Amino acid sequence: MEAYGYREGLRDGLPIGLGYLSVSFGFAIWAVKQGIPGLILVVLSGTNLTSAGQVAGVTVMAAGGLLVELALTELVINLRYALMSVTLTQKLSPRFSLLQRMAASFFVTDEIFAVASTRRGLLTFPYMMGLGCLPWIGWTLGTALGAFAGTLLPAALSAALGIAIYGMFMAILVPGALEEKGVLLAICASVALGLILRYVPLFSFLSEGFVIIISAVAGACVAAWLKPVKAGEGDA
Amino acid sequence: MKLYLYLLVMAGVTYLIRMLPLAFFRKKITNPFLLGVLHYMPYAVLGTMTVPAIFTSTGEPISAVAGFVAALLLGLKRRSLIEVALAATAAAYVTSLVLPLF
Repeated sequence: MEAYGYREGLRDGLPIGLGYLSVSFGFAIWAVKQGIPGLILVVLSGTNLTSAGQVAGVTVMAAGGLLVELALTELVINLRYALMSVTLTQKLSPRFSLLQRMAASFFVTDEIFAVASTRRGLLTFPYMMGLGCLPWIGWTLGTALGAFAGTLLPAALSAALGIAIYGMFMAILVPGALEEKGVLLAICASVALGLILRYVPLFSFLSEGFVIIISAVAGACVAAWLKPVKAGEGDA
Repeated sequence: MKLYLYLLVMAGVTYLIRMLPLAFFRKKITNPFLLGVLHYMPYAVLGTMTVPAIFTSTGEPISAVAGFVAALLLGLKRRSLIEVALAATAAAYVTSLVLPLF
């Protein structure tokens, strides 16, 4: 039943790691342009391992936002990880100790969750460590390369790489919207409210972090209200 | 100095969100509205972060629109994260090279 070990985890994590390498490269090039030092970015990637949260975090940092604003932004954006962690608890091998749970939780990302949660059978601690290893290296290494070697790239290519991270977001948004009307509704509602909060002068006192929080929470609530999720569906 | 505080807050909040449920949660959420909000939240967040920011992400709107359209088309074909990200980059890059010719 518990046949999956460190090796299998490493193998499953390789494609994720390669993907993270190129996306974090683009992230770092973008973030350096926001005025954040390269070393800070490498530590940020190594300790956070999250794309959307880091983009929002750098946005708040670059604007010199409040710490509470930053904490709230991360809380809202990364709230999905809490649901993923809850879902993973249902699949953990009984041999997982509390300390092992605490260690494995560091690697909960959308892609790692997607692989782990669709793996047949129970998840072992060595498997989860193997699965997280290459994505972590890819994400951190890509950030370092982007931050320190990004300036070696031709200006046109480095400008174009600024869109890479948003391209990755689109790869999550579009299929989600295709599959569920509720997801499409959540996206439209939050984008519409976000545009209003950003461009109507009345709301110009709101910083980017709070715009993300307010429009995302409102958009998710509208969708949850108009298109309720059946029990079990919310695990996905 | 403030940058180090930012780092600490981001790493701490992000880790606690992942760790607390995985380490301590032992039952299932059943409240339908809450389930729905958690289910839709990632898409709502990514949506408001992507639009309108994607259109200024390359520093020039036409190449950004080209990248957006490429990402949209490959997204509709359900291509992988990395394929869509690279296609958007390539479309924006090629457009920015071709644009000055007109």
